[in-house]
Amino acid sequence: MPVIQVDNLSKIFGKKTKAATSLLDEGYSKEEVLEKTGCTVGVNRATFEVEEGEVFVIMGLSGSGKSTLVRLLNRLIEPTEGEVEVSGQKLAKIGKEELRKVRREKMSMVFQKFALFPFRTVLENTEFGLEIQGVDKETRSNKAKEALELVGLGSFMNQYPNQLSGGMQQRVGLARALANDPEVLLMDEAFSALDPLIRKDMQDELLDLQEKMKKTIVFITHDLDEALRIGDRIALMKDGSIVQIGSPEEILMSPANDYVERFVEDVDRSKVLTAHHIMQRPETVNIEKHGPRVALERMREQGLSSIYVVNRKKQLKGYVTADDVAEVRKREEKDLHHILRTDMPTVETDAPTQDIMEIIQDTPVPVAVVEEGKLRGVIVRGAVIAALASGNGVTEDHA
Amino acid sequence: MVAGIPVADWIDALVEWMQTTFSFIFDPIKNDFGDFIESTAEWLSTVPAWVIIALVAIIAFFISGKRFGLVIFSVIGLWFVSNQGLWEELMFTFTLVFFASLISVIIGVPVGIWMSKSRVVQSIMTPILDFMQTMPAFVYLIPAVVFFGIGMVPGVFSSVVFATPPVVRFTNLGIRQVSDELVEAADAFGTTGKQKLFKVELPMARKTIMAGVNQTVMLSLSMVVIASMIGAPGLGDNVLTALERAREGEGFVAGLGIVILAIIIDRITQNLNKDKNE
Repeated sequence: MPVIQVDNLSKIFGKKTKAATSLLDEGYSKEEVLEKTGCTVGVNRATFEVEEGEVFVIMGLSGSGKSTLVRLLNRLIEPTEGEVEVSGQKLAKIGKEELRKVRREKMSMVFQKFALFPFRTVLENTEFGLEIQGVDKETRSNKAKEALELVGLGSFMNQYPNQLSGGMQQRVGLARALANDPEVLLMDEAFSALDPLIRKDMQDELLDLQEKMKKTIVFITHDLDEALRIGDRIALMKDGSIVQIGSPEEILMSPANDYVERFVEDVDRSKVLTAHHIMQRPETVNIEKHGPRVALERMREQGLSSIYVVNRKKQLKGYVTADDVAEVRKREEKDLHHILRTDMPTVETDAPTQDIMEIIQDTPVPVAVVEEGKLRGVIVRGAVIAALASGNGVTEDHA
Repeated sequence: MVAGIPVADWIDALVEWMQTTFSFIFDPIKNDFGDFIESTAEWLSTVPAWVIIALVAIIAFFISGKRFGLVIFSVIGLWFVSNQGLWEELMFTFTLVFFASLISVIIGVPVGIWMSKSRVVQSIMTPILDFMQTMPAFVYLIPAVVFFGIGMVPGVFSSVVFATPPVVRFTNLGIRQVSDELVEAADAFGTTGKQKLFKVELPMARKTIMAGVNQTVMLSLSMVVIASMIGAPGLGDNVLTALERAREGEGFVAGLGIVILAIIIDRITQNLNKDKNE
């Protein structure tokens, strides 16, 4: 059951919205609609779902309608058409009082320019949402302190926002949103006003927090790197329409159209491709079943100088080299245990290619890719280079 | 030939009609409120001058962030007025300015808030405010006398008419200037209109509103001399008398008293406007 369901949601700014809608139906573009009716298309029939605990990134360039879209979700902007459903409650037609309740209890927002109240201390800012709900002083102060601890600002609670750096101010913004304990967190370009290093820290921190909290997050950004880093799924917007929705890999590997492809061609693939993408099926021997003869046979077949050894449950035990196995075989031993080597390089399946590059430089055996101790695949140096090269290929095609 | 439109006659008729119709409002204001402010002023002038000078000095000291400039100016200035035998007049002037400003703010801030919330109200109020500020101040004296007779009450009345516009304008401006993002943040957290006003907009607009209050106080002070023409007592009365009898020295001294009062009030209200954490 998705937490947010958006169905055919549109926003058209201007007076002749009816005319504009029917023009859109006939397939006219945003510019043509503007020319003919004077109406600006903010969001054009957006339909998507956000699952519980998911980080859903809406990304697009300025003017693509992403900020309008996020404001339609909590009706800071009234939709022209369509429906938003948040945990089963339809929002488009509810009254003011009910809408306030939804905003107070279900969704909190984090803003691009922080939107902290300069006349309130950090603690008072964090308490704001609870204060609005009429929560008593002690409870709200405790909850606010908890939220501030969570973002690492516990000791700054009596400062004023203008005494903090940008990154810290946005942590307060995040704490203010979290203090309400909302189901959904709407983050509108939350890190865009921060400088790149701080931005990266904040992204990491958000991901760490998300590990603990498992909130449903709708994150707006114009930065593709950011989207790829933090998004479980990404919706790409252009001229008010959603062009493609998919996981970061899907967006990168199979762009839905030229627009998306142009968008992603400059991405540094080494950050996006993970071990999972470039690993190969591993050749293994089962230490409980196979002896030196099978090991040697398999290495010869595949032209390998070493082979990984697993147990019956596919758990990685180590590797043996061809020389050692040949030695054992000469002595007519049946067991691989005492020639098992365990100094192999291993990575998890979600390790970025960039990290693998460093490991693979000085290792004689392929890198083992493991997941929960089980061997999933191996990576040879050639595969890494090939993956990165294909990224460059895309760029050249369109240059 | 078109005969002159008898606007003046209409206004006369209107004022006369208002006088008789609303006398049940005007009369208690004239009598009870008049008695109240007059006795306040009289009571103030019975307080020894040094007590008030000391009090002002203490207020000035703390409000200006524990600096001595304003304190020294206040003590010397007030002592000078007392030395010139104008202390009672100063107290009457202060009382008049105080009540006129207070009423202006009580009326002006809510009207300003209303203007900021409604484009219709703003477009109706703007020309009215222009009218109130540009109409020669003397003109307000006439209906003031008709409604309230002579003395302090018509003085307060005409000051209020003349001095309210700035606080209305500044309140409106201050609230409209609150950044969209903060208003949006307030909305996004589910504030009611009232919560938004008191927890976000008014605190944000405070500085601007206080600048308007300062303007209002200054304007009502400038109305003091004019109001003396309809019998409002105080320093303005001395200026007027000096003018009538061509006594330039007396006129200058009384005028100086007004300037001293103006500077003290101005600096104190301006300092009210500074941030605690600045």
